[in-house]
Amino acid sequence: MWWRFRRHRLAMLGTAVVLLFYGVVLLADFLAYADPVASEAQRSLLPPQRIHWWLNGRWEPHVYGLAGRRDPVTFKRVYTPDPSRKVPVRFVVHGFEYRLFGLIPTDRHLIGVEGARPEDTLFLLGTDEQGRDLWSRLMYGTRTSLTIGLVGVAFSLVLGVLLGGVSGLYGGITDTVIQRVIEIVRSIPTIPLWMGLAAALPNDWTVMQVYFAITVIISLVGWTELARVVRGRFLSLREEDFVTAAELAGSSQMRIIVHHLVPSFLSHIIAATTLAIPAMIISETSLSFLGLGLRPPAISWGVLLQQAQNIQALAISPWLLVSAVPVIIVILALNFMGDGLRDAADPYGQ
Amino acid sequence: MLAFLTRRLVLAVLTVWAVSVLSFAVIQLPPGDYISSYIAQMSASGSFVSAQEAEALRHQYGLDRPLYVQYLRWMEMVVQGKFGMALEWGRPVSEVIGDRLWLTMAVSIAAILLTWVLALPIGIYSAVRQYSFGDYLATLVGFIGLAVPSFMLALVLMYLGFRLFNANVGGLFSDELAQAPWGWAKTWDLLKHLPLPAAILGLGGTAQLIRIMRANLLDELRKPYVVTARARGLAERQVILKYPVRVALNPFASTVGYLLPYVVSGSIIVSLVLGLPTVGPLLLRALVAQDMFLAGTIVLLLGVMTVVGTFLSDLLLMWIDPRIRLEGRR
Repeated sequence: MWWRFRRHRLAMLGTAVVLLFYGVVLLADFLAYADPVASEAQRSLLPPQRIHWWLNGRWEPHVYGLAGRRDPVTFKRVYTPDPSRKVPVRFVVHGFEYRLFGLIPTDRHLIGVEGARPEDTLFLLGTDEQGRDLWSRLMYGTRTSLTIGLVGVAFSLVLGVLLGGVSGLYGGITDTVIQRVIEIVRSIPTIPLWMGLAAALPNDWTVMQVYFAITVIISLVGWTELARVVRGRFLSLREEDFVTAAELAGSSQMRIIVHHLVPSFLSHIIAATTLAIPAMIISETSLSFLGLGLRPPAISWGVLLQQAQNIQALAISPWLLVSAVPVIIVILALNFMGDGLRDAADPYGQ
Repeated sequence: MLAFLTRRLVLAVLTVWAVSVLSFAVIQLPPGDYISSYIAQMSASGSFVSAQEAEALRHQYGLDRPLYVQYLRWMEMVVQGKFGMALEWGRPVSEVIGDRLWLTMAVSIAAILLTWVLALPIGIYSAVRQYSFGDYLATLVGFIGLAVPSFMLALVLMYLGFRLFNANVGGLFSDELAQAPWGWAKTWDLLKHLPLPAAILGLGGTAQLIRIMRANLLDELRKPYVVTARARGLAERQVILKYPVRVALNPFASTVGYLLPYVVSGSIIVSLVLGLPTVGPLLLRALVAQDMFLAGTIVLLLGVMTVVGTFLSDLLLMWIDPRIRLEGRR
């Protein structure tokens, strides 16, 4: 299967991108350089600062300091890069303290401005309305949104494999009932329903509680697709000769399932699971975008995009839309990867 | 045929029932009830409601009864076309929703029609000219259509429209006609505004349908009867359009079943971004204000409309594909 998968170039690319993003999930604290919740009204809606790599022909990365002044017409503060003030950028610098992988206490960050005066700042992607650094927030948002995809798929997988397996194994009335339930669930428009359920979560719940509640709500629909795949495989494999052979050899039903059936459709499950993750991510992003999913202080792609809801704000500070980029890239990558896995898992494909 | 119809009808009724229970759950889930939010509202505006009064109100609305009785009473109201009061608005729910429900449906149906209109020729082209530049282009656009959530597409288009043309691309009516009574001018105005939201909503579905259409048609084109038709000297156009396309058309009707819930879902969130006067923004406001009767009713009505739409598409499918009529006769 691995060899067939290797041949699929787009899928390999997708896999590389997905791995890269999950690397960000692990190293979010290291890649961020500012506390994602530290806000400062003075730095509201600053534009992104570009890194200049060379100074007088020498390798010396720096950014220009920002000079703020009031627009005489609109009385808005506008910021322009000031080439005379050069702020040196250093790598692997000391910053705020955190625990790497949740274990090792450290304060090293990939990039930053070291030993700087308070007015020397680094905002690779600009700041939001509350003056929080968007790059750092994006790193933490990636962590939340991508893990929610995984946790949600894990929930759906348990439900889907269990119900789909039971449905395919026993057949008859059980099968009919489960199939009808799946059809009913699939014919209900999900977003309004999710909105209703998500809005019903008590306001005083902690971030963690809301996080899990949202994943459960999203998985309530996600399991149906997986259940269908599992059932289909069960039904077709049950008739295969090697299953009959195992039965005649006196294997118990449990043994047949665990030793003969599961290994032969495992690859299909993996492919279906990969294809289910993007749906989860979109769902979470949509709900949070509406303000009904994760709520601040939690950070996720949807929460970040909420600020881009207002078209006027977007017209003045277009960098607020930047969180849409990783969403699209990850979803595309996961789709390519899932497609490749599915093709590779099909033993009868070319 | 009758068996197929009955099966579908029973399923539709079951789904409607499931939707009603779920919407009732949406109404019931938040802590507190109608009265406690009413009291909160009253005390916010300065009046005072005593404990006895609250109790009396609860009794009057039947909120002191067991849950299943409340559910049955709510169903009774729904069947009579009364959906309770919208707290925040101080008006009956049916009045608040008004035209918005129909506009939601108009947007969704327009999206599905557009999906068909686009997917049919592109799908045929992709299959007939397999691996051509156009085929790759369609595949690429299809992948992007699948990956970009509709609300994000709406956001980007809004931004571009604002930036490049300095025009507001949102809304379903021109400003001067938004409050006007229905008439030809207003209907025409609506038709002019529909394509953009419909395109945004339909892109994901179109991408999917193109892929299905392409795969189906490719399978059909390899069958011997196509060769026969060619050998008999039929024009290429006739060979393709008359037989293989007709067979490959099947998914167009059968996908409505899951396209419709998907599009209705999408319309809620796209409406919020584009400021369309559908039930979407209303639902969000109701949920934020915990106006649960209004929210529950919207969820219920959307669900029921989707189920009815799916059922109608089943009828259409039966009309297109004779094999399904035969299936029931066994």
